Amino acid sequence: MAGLAVDNPFRLHMSLLAFILGAAAVYAMRGTGTRVVESPDSYMDGPIRIGTIMIVFWGVIGFTVGLTAAMQLAFPQLNFGPWLNFGRIRPLHTSAVIFAFGGTALMTTSFYVVQRTTRARLFGGDLVWFAFWGYQLFIVMAATGYLLGITQSREYAEPEWYVDIWLTIVWVAYFVVFMGTLLKRKEPHIYVANWFYLAFIVTVALLHIVNNLAVPVSFAGSKSYSLFSGVQDALTQWWYGHNAVGFFLTAGFLGMMYYFLPKQANRPVYSYRLSIIHFWALIFLYIWAGPHHLHYTALPDWAQTLGMVFSIMLWMPSWGGMINGLMTLRGAWDKMRTDPIIRMMVLAVAFYGMSTFEGPVMSIKSVNALSHYTDWTIGHVHSGALGWVGMISFGAVYFMVPRLWNRERLYSLRMVNWHFWLATLGIVVYAAVMWVSGIMQGLMWREYDSEGFLVYSFAESVAALHPYYVMRAAGGALYLAGGLVMAFNVAMTIAGKVRDEKPMPVAAQLQPAQ
Amino acid sequence: MSILDKHGVIERNASYLLIGSLIVVCIGGIVEVAPLFYFQNTIEKVEGMRPYTPLELAGRDIYIREGCYGCHSQMIRPFRDEVERYGHYSLAAESMYDHSFQWGSKRTGPDLARVGGRYSNEWQVQHLNDPRSVVPESIMPSYAFLGTASLDYSNIASNLQANAYVGVPYSPEMIAAAQADLLAQATPDADTADVAARYPKAVFGDFDGDSRHVTEMDALVAYLQMLGTLVDFDTYDAKANFR
Repeated sequence: MAGLAVDNPFRLHMSLLAFILGAAAVYAMRGTGTRVVESPDSYMDGPIRIGTIMIVFWGVIGFTVGLTAAMQLAFPQLNFGPWLNFGRIRPLHTSAVIFAFGGTALMTTSFYVVQRTTRARLFGGDLVWFAFWGYQLFIVMAATGYLLGITQSREYAEPEWYVDIWLTIVWVAYFVVFMGTLLKRKEPHIYVANWFYLAFIVTVALLHIVNNLAVPVSFAGSKSYSLFSGVQDALTQWWYGHNAVGFFLTAGFLGMMYYFLPKQANRPVYSYRLSIIHFWALIFLYIWAGPHHLHYTALPDWAQTLGMVFSIMLWMPSWGGMINGLMTLRGAWDKMRTDPIIRMMVLAVAFYGMSTFEGPVMSIKSVNALSHYTDWTIGHVHSGALGWVGMISFGAVYFMVPRLWNRERLYSLRMVNWHFWLATLGIVVYAAVMWVSGIMQGLMWREYDSEGFLVYSFAESVAALHPYYVMRAAGGALYLAGGLVMAFNVAMTIAGKVRDEKPMPVAAQLQPAQ
Repeated sequence: MSILDKHGVIERNASYLLIGSLIVVCIGGIVEVAPLFYFQNTIEKVEGMRPYTPLELAGRDIYIREGCYGCHSQMIRPFRDEVERYGHYSLAAESMYDHSFQWGSKRTGPDLARVGGRYSNEWQVQHLNDPRSVVPESIMPSYAFLGTASLDYSNIASNLQANAYVGVPYSPEMIAAAQADLLAQATPDADTADVAARYPKAVFGDFDGDSRHVTEMDALVAYLQMLGTLVDFDTYDAKANFR
């Protein structure tokens, strides 16, 4: 492919891929013969073990790139063009966190959950490995492409046409594995976590295909032009973009919550009826909300208003999920004090509730007039991504690791506690700083003096944000530090080590009043 | 609670669950997104819009490659402060030839929808080379490498052709002349009558001040200098287009 390329980025990209695939093939050959044969009746946990390691790995990478981007905004001298300029680092960060960290977490946990809730081995045999490694290859293709400047410029859908086609093939394999496992289940009832995983897989396929319709310039070149233009293109992109949040970062992770939270708390899900209602309401309403990313633009007004109305209605089913998660702890709230993993999951659900309230508020047109184009949006995304997606994934990792490697417990529970506090502090700093800087930015842009002149030039608003950008980077660094603590803890657990430490304080047994 | 009791059927049949979910998620998209492709008034016709010249298109591809949309919007909202700061609010028709659209979602830097003609070519080049030498507060990365990179325009005709496939009105004549038009636009004192006839309001010249070869800087500056300049708002009648 590299030899036939008509443009330079495509040539570089294909050469790089050939090298990576070659190296992987050599590695795989060396490993043949040493593979442990699993009994065909047991659960297929091989991909899940590697997946769990990859969640931690991509998490640390994604946070590191995020910290890099934050530092570049605070200190622009840190841009090293062309490959490491902010414009190319930013999609690398968003994709590394959403698709590499989040996507691997979703795929890995869905394989874990679907087997244990259907009591069936994963369907498809080697197809499972294809879906898993195929997805990892997609991540590598996308990431290397960004640094080479290969992008469609569609936010969260930047990879070019050939990477999109590859992802489509991989996604179909993933769907077949998941659906096949559901169909051969030994449990008559399909557990609620699987509804969310299934809705996530199907809807993401639909979104991905429609949003990436494009005509390549050449089949031996990287460049393509979107099938749509202008207004239609913008709405298609944000219909996709918003539902990447809705189905990738919400529905999928709700599936995760519905399994791991009740398991860790050892309590049944609070309300079965609530889960039915909020599932259908959530997937029905989410799809409509995309136009709130395009308020006051050239998009027809009726579409903007429709998007706003549905975004506000979306608040209810979102909180349905939060209530169902939190109330599951009914009668087990004391575990908050003694179990840092539960604390992590509860914080995740709390952040989910917070950001699904903030979202509808920001979708109100008059609020959006101020918040759009500012750092407020960035803060909002991060309270969802760091708070909800990150924390629930960490909780799932800490839950799975001892069970997957047959360890009695994690290497250190106190380190989980450290991770919890580092990450929580990081999120709080990040979100609070972005609220202040975002609202300040919005107000500075629209401030008039008594004579009717604009008070600030754009450059003055940029200068005013500098201290906040430094603080934001500090918040990100705390979150990354938490991620590194997790990586160490997970590695030591896998290695079979147990840290000699004082157990977490057990709640004092309160004496009933005499 | 009879309806909720019947839900058990769906919970015991994976295919029902799959089909049900798919139908439910399709409704919103069909009602909300699909009409925009059929309603005539989604994009009103505006005089002055034309496809990008080959050089501008090449510059636009560089704008996309470098991820400029991550920090710069190209969509002016109809607010007093935005109109005073950036110019007339953006019309749907102004991005009708944009595959993909570049409206952006964040203003780490200012809006660029009407940046064309606001600054000289020299300012643009200096700013891209070393942003803080002209705007001390700027946090933009340096794009000095564009000035030394020769523009690869060997595929430019195919790029126009691909745009024609997706509906941009590039004529066969425009596609055939793409390379010559690109060179003519970036070369001082070239014969530009044909290009000007094909692409009204196109700006000519040596954009980067280096006449030895056509660089990526030439293309990017040519693109920046035409942004928002095609529609003449002295003659544009907003009320006639009120929807």
